[in-house]
Amino acid sequence: MNGAQAIIETLLKQGTDVTFGFPGGAVIPLFDAYLDYKGKIKNILVRHEQGAAHAAEGYARASEKAGVCIATSGPGATNLVTGIMDAYMDSVPIIAFGGQVPTNLIGNDAFQESDMMGITLPITKHNFQVRSPNQMAPVIMKAFKIALEGRPGPVYIDLPKDTQAGEVTEQIPKEVTIAGFQPTLTPNPIQIKRAAEAIINAQRPLFLIGHGVIIGNASKELEELVALTQIPVTTTFMGKGAFNELHPLSLGTVGMHGRKVANYATLQTDLLIAIGCRFSDRITGNLKTYAENAKVIHADIDPAEIGKNVRVDIPIVGDSKEIIKELTAAIKKMAVKEKSEWTKKIKHYKKYCDECVPTPKTKRIHPKFVMQTLNKLLKPDDIVVTGVGQHQMFAGHFIKRSKPRTFISSGGAGTMGFGFPASIGAKVAKPNVNVFLIDGDGSFQMTIQELGTVKENNIKVIPIIMNNSYLGMVRQWLELFSDKRYSEVYLGKTPNFVKVAEAYGLKGIKVEKQSELEPALKQAIKNDCTTIIDVQVEEESNILPMLLPGGHLKDAFGGCMAAPGKFFGDD
Amino acid sequence: MAKEKRHVISMLVEDQPGVLARIAGMFSRRGFNIDTITVGKTTKKGISKMVFTVIGDDAILEQVEKQVNKLIDTVKVMEMPPETSVIKELCLVKVAIPNKKAKEDILRYTKIYKTKIVDITQKSVTAELIGEPAKIDAFIELMKQFGIKEISRTGVTAVSRG
Repeated sequence: MNGAQAIIETLLKQGTDVTFGFPGGAVIPLFDAYLDYKGKIKNILVRHEQGAAHAAEGYARASEKAGVCIATSGPGATNLVTGIMDAYMDSVPIIAFGGQVPTNLIGNDAFQESDMMGITLPITKHNFQVRSPNQMAPVIMKAFKIALEGRPGPVYIDLPKDTQAGEVTEQIPKEVTIAGFQPTLTPNPIQIKRAAEAIINAQRPLFLIGHGVIIGNASKELEELVALTQIPVTTTFMGKGAFNELHPLSLGTVGMHGRKVANYATLQTDLLIAIGCRFSDRITGNLKTYAENAKVIHADIDPAEIGKNVRVDIPIVGDSKEIIKELTAAIKKMAVKEKSEWTKKIKHYKKYCDECVPTPKTKRIHPKFVMQTLNKLLKPDDIVVTGVGQHQMFAGHFIKRSKPRTFISSGGAGTMGFGFPASIGAKVAKPNVNVFLIDGDGSFQMTIQELGTVKENNIKVIPIIMNNSYLGMVRQWLELFSDKRYSEVYLGKTPNFVKVAEAYGLKGIKVEKQSELEPALKQAIKNDCTTIIDVQVEEESNILPMLLPGGHLKDAFGGCMAAPGKFFGDD
Repeated sequence: MAKEKRHVISMLVEDQPGVLARIAGMFSRRGFNIDTITVGKTTKKGISKMVFTVIGDDAILEQVEKQVNKLIDTVKVMEMPPETSVIKELCLVKVAIPNKKAKEDILRYTKIYKTKIVDITQKSVTAELIGEPAKIDAFIELMKQFGIKEISRTGVTAVSRG
């Protein structure tokens, strides 16, 4: 067995039967080995390495498995960088393989050599350079362990060409151990008890649920805890789907473009119970005034997140599932006190917020209408993937998801071009559900070449392009904060997305009227290939409400808010 | 505002290529102010010991410790409080000898500070001093009047008492 075959053997043992990759000189031995394992493992040949990295992310986010991507040395590997960084920001387990020049040439500025260990150092959970074929299997086993356990994240593996081609002479170990890697999973019982008491005694408690609850597969446990305590639930943008958004106690997402009832509840709460989130600046606004009336319980698997941004009264380190289970058990032992006044008030505001969704009258289709139409067609297991920009925030605000891993988006990094390849990865992971991509014309064009990938591999996704001919989010900022001084945000009327789809042997439907949207979506669901829906949306619509960066939650404006600070009519 | 002070942190790390780059990179990326850093082998194969000093308040110290702990190559991290640790640094100071009188003064001071003279010429004398950073600071201050030609400090290293 050579090093390349050892890679595939190890991948198969880890449960990986699909990879996303693009060949090149330094990974010829690796792709050669795929021919020996036909039917056992498949590589999806992408059109650009960035697509491979995002597809691996989409795969990992939709499943519970690590996604794997492969690129050659030098420019191939540097093209993975954006996807690796994106995975790092959102704690997504991917294994990124990059080819490398043979070990005897490393450091000589050889053809297509780049210091990928240095380049990926600050954007990976860990990285490895394989120095001999015998190291191949143990390194990959360690990489999977590191990527998946504790707080997940990307691991980069540098593969010098000779380590792929050379013979493996040692037995592959059954297990590997890493001395410095022992994530804390079980929460401290003292902190659990303190948290449970605080929850019982609070007058206006509120959950803030993050991506960690999705990663920890703790949605069911959360549902039980909410049923027991009747505490309203907000989620972060990344936590969308962790709690059923159709539940009467779900207030939706918080933050910059969050729902006003969720931000309002954050201002009013006296106990914020944050689980699996990292208090990003897009969630908190001004840290000094954020949840200033509240005690904060912060539970996370990464101790470094606790106290990093927000002062914490009760820290809990551990796995979200175990924490929620333990909390439920502890609270069950105590008498739950009625908090009906708070719950009633919040439900009243939620109703007001739900009903206050007038779609502004515009010449072209309003983005909100697209979201409402899609909500009608979405089945619980369908997956919604987004690009980055206004359309993404419209989706975060209006799309309702009831299950974890059914809303996939680039949160921390905000990577334009993420959506389309990520939707490919999601569809590969979940071939039996519909995968909708809500994208912008700007975002979609950044990775548009993957149309070739979906055609050649018969992967059916449904890209809905919210086409406003603008880089909408920047345009919105320029309109609101720069006196409409539009600079470098108009993309123009090109391309004709229907014709682009057809050029790739796919289908496309242009939607210009509201009445055309639902039939177009239904047609796309029926078609057996990828069908682009080019929705001509209002050019200069804004996603509101909006909170100023670093601002006070009460200063959020727009949407149904009468004025900053006026969350509800009767405040 | 919490009080800023110097903290000494000791850690055991896996002796892998690039481990220093990982740690140094994390410090600079997160804007931590690292004063000194030393690395050396331990009696355990494959494990090195690093000691570094960081300046900041308690919140910074907590983040530094947590972030260092997150690195996969880190095996153990602990703070070394001055009350319960032996903290030492080595310093070489090359001082100019402007005249005969100065030479006598320099040699007298080096004796008081219990330094070792490791090199002496007609124009300069080099003293080796081992001690706590504050003592070294004081000696350097004292030598400034004669003119310091060159100086080299190792940064602190530390072990716990008892």
